Amino acid sequence: MNHAIWAEGLVKRFGETTALAGVDLAVRTGTVLGLLGPNGAGKTTTVRVLATLLQPDAGHATVGGWDVVRDAHRVRQLIGLTGQYASVDEALTGAENLLLIGRLLGAPRPEAKARARELLARFDLEDAADRAAKTYSGGMRRRLDLAASLVGRPRMLYLDEPTAGLDPRSRLELWDLVRRLVADGVTVLLTTQYLEEADELADEIAVIDHGRVIASGAPDELKAKTGAQSLEVRPADEADLPTVVAVVGELAGVAPEVEGQLVTAPVVDPGLLPAAVRRLDDAGVVISELALRGSSLNEVFLSLTGRPAEETDEDDDTEGAPA
Amino acid sequence: MTAATTTAPSAPELAPRVGVGEGLRQTGTLAWRTLVQVRHNPWELSDFSIQPIMFVLLFTYVFGGAIAGSPGEYLTFALPGIIVMNMLFVTMYVGMGLNTDLTKGVFDRLRSLPVARWAPLAGRITADLVKQAWSIALLLGVGAVLGFRIGTSALALLGAVGLLLVFALAFSWVSVLVGMLAKDPEKVQLFGFTALFPITFVSNVFVPAATMPGWLQAFVDVNPVTILADATRGLMVSGPVAGPVTGSLLWAAAITVVFAPLSVWAFKRRV
Repeated sequence: MNHAIWAEGLVKRFGETTALAGVDLAVRTGTVLGLLGPNGAGKTTTVRVLATLLQPDAGHATVGGWDVVRDAHRVRQLIGLTGQYASVDEALTGAENLLLIGRLLGAPRPEAKARARELLARFDLEDAADRAAKTYSGGMRRRLDLAASLVGRPRMLYLDEPTAGLDPRSRLELWDLVRRLVADGVTVLLTTQYLEEADELADEIAVIDHGRVIASGAPDELKAKTGAQSLEVRPADEADLPTVVAVVGELAGVAPEVEGQLVTAPVVDPGLLPAAVRRLDDAGVVISELALRGSSLNEVFLSLTGRPAEETDEDDDTEGAPA
Repeated sequence: MTAATTTAPSAPELAPRVGVGEGLRQTGTLAWRTLVQVRHNPWELSDFSIQPIMFVLLFTYVFGGAIAGSPGEYLTFALPGIIVMNMLFVTMYVGMGLNTDLTKGVFDRLRSLPVARWAPLAGRITADLVKQAWSIALLLGVGAVLGFRIGTSALALLGAVGLLLVFALAFSWVSVLVGMLAKDPEKVQLFGFTALFPITFVSNVFVPAATMPGWLQAFVDVNPVTILADATRGLMVSGPVAGPVTGSLLWAAAITVVFAPLSVWAFKRRV
């Protein structure tokens, strides 16, 4: 087994609330696992357990082969954590923040200073190096936070919603940074509510909901596994709409969605396409558009959980101050 | 060890735990971090520098004559108590700082690093003791300029400073508890004002208890602030030493015994 991060049956309760109801995870060395789920699904709790910040009530997990409870100190020497909220000391400058981490990791002062300078340059923060972090924009804080988690050159990196609240440009910049880290051989556990983000960055995705991993696999695999393809039919004549709805509904086995004249239904079997053509032709329906398309992760989520991923979170996109 | 452990040898030099020396060094680094913050936050410097000076000036020149006959005599009476009062307020920075770290996520970052579990707290408290020593020195300096004279010996003065720091250390646990329970740093500050002001004022820091109503005098007599102020007066100016010093140390021990476990409990609940 070559799993950098491995978890089995993680359970965590907070009073009456069950945050984790048996989470299983396996992240291969040098890959990115996207832990995808809505708010409150258990993403952050999972990361906190794997980062040795929380002890699970049941189950166990290893990082680099070391148990996160028994060998916590060893695990801490392997990981870097970038939290959901930029966890930098706002009263310190960017340079001081990185110097602090370097010194805590045992580097002599000159070495820690050099490493801080190197990271500030790499993350485009040189000009702001000697300004207090509280004066930074949202994007700059995230970059400093990420830089702080890299001071000790971790082999496993946890990114807990690294782009939540960032404007689109900062988000793209951060994605780029993550890709470069992966190219350097770092194993990444990424949590996100953004389906697009998981699709962009992750080699594998684990969909988490109500404290349980409900599906996992490569993004394409996941789409195939959930049968998440859509059959789309648009009749030329509006009068044929009820017939189309009936035919598509019968083939898909669920009531199709109707948007204007476009009838859409999730289907599993790609062989349904010719059947649809035949049946609609027999019924004398003239079709202006007919397609079978692989669905987005949004639809994957819908088909797995029976409800859409929190779309409202997309509104947060432009919330943070621009970089 | 599980079978998974066998996949670990790629990183052979991982230390199994933190050494005490390493932990102390990390404590020093974290204390540095707390002190260097002051440079970027001059308000804090004014809190534990300008504010106590203002107290000394106001009380000495506004109330001093009326209370003790002359500002000079009043300064001799009040300065040791003002030092005690200021010490209690300064301990609130421990709780405020911890609370800021908790709410801002800095604490999670620190705990995800391979540092001693006790280093973040010890770092805060060490930094606090440096701030305490600075405040005490500052108040004594200002006092000296205004005419305050040490009536005892240098050794007794050192004893007073030591006693104040021991008490500060004990009282830090109260601050830690408040810092763990409060929702945000402002609430810690609010506690500082609403709880510490009455406790420090209902003492003999500013006026002798003789003119207060009997029930209030009863409280003043057992108030640790009074006892510590008496000990500090005894060690810096004149008066009984053994009784109040013993009383102060007993109070410090009692506060630690009650609040240290409570703080640890609150800490475990919070993280």
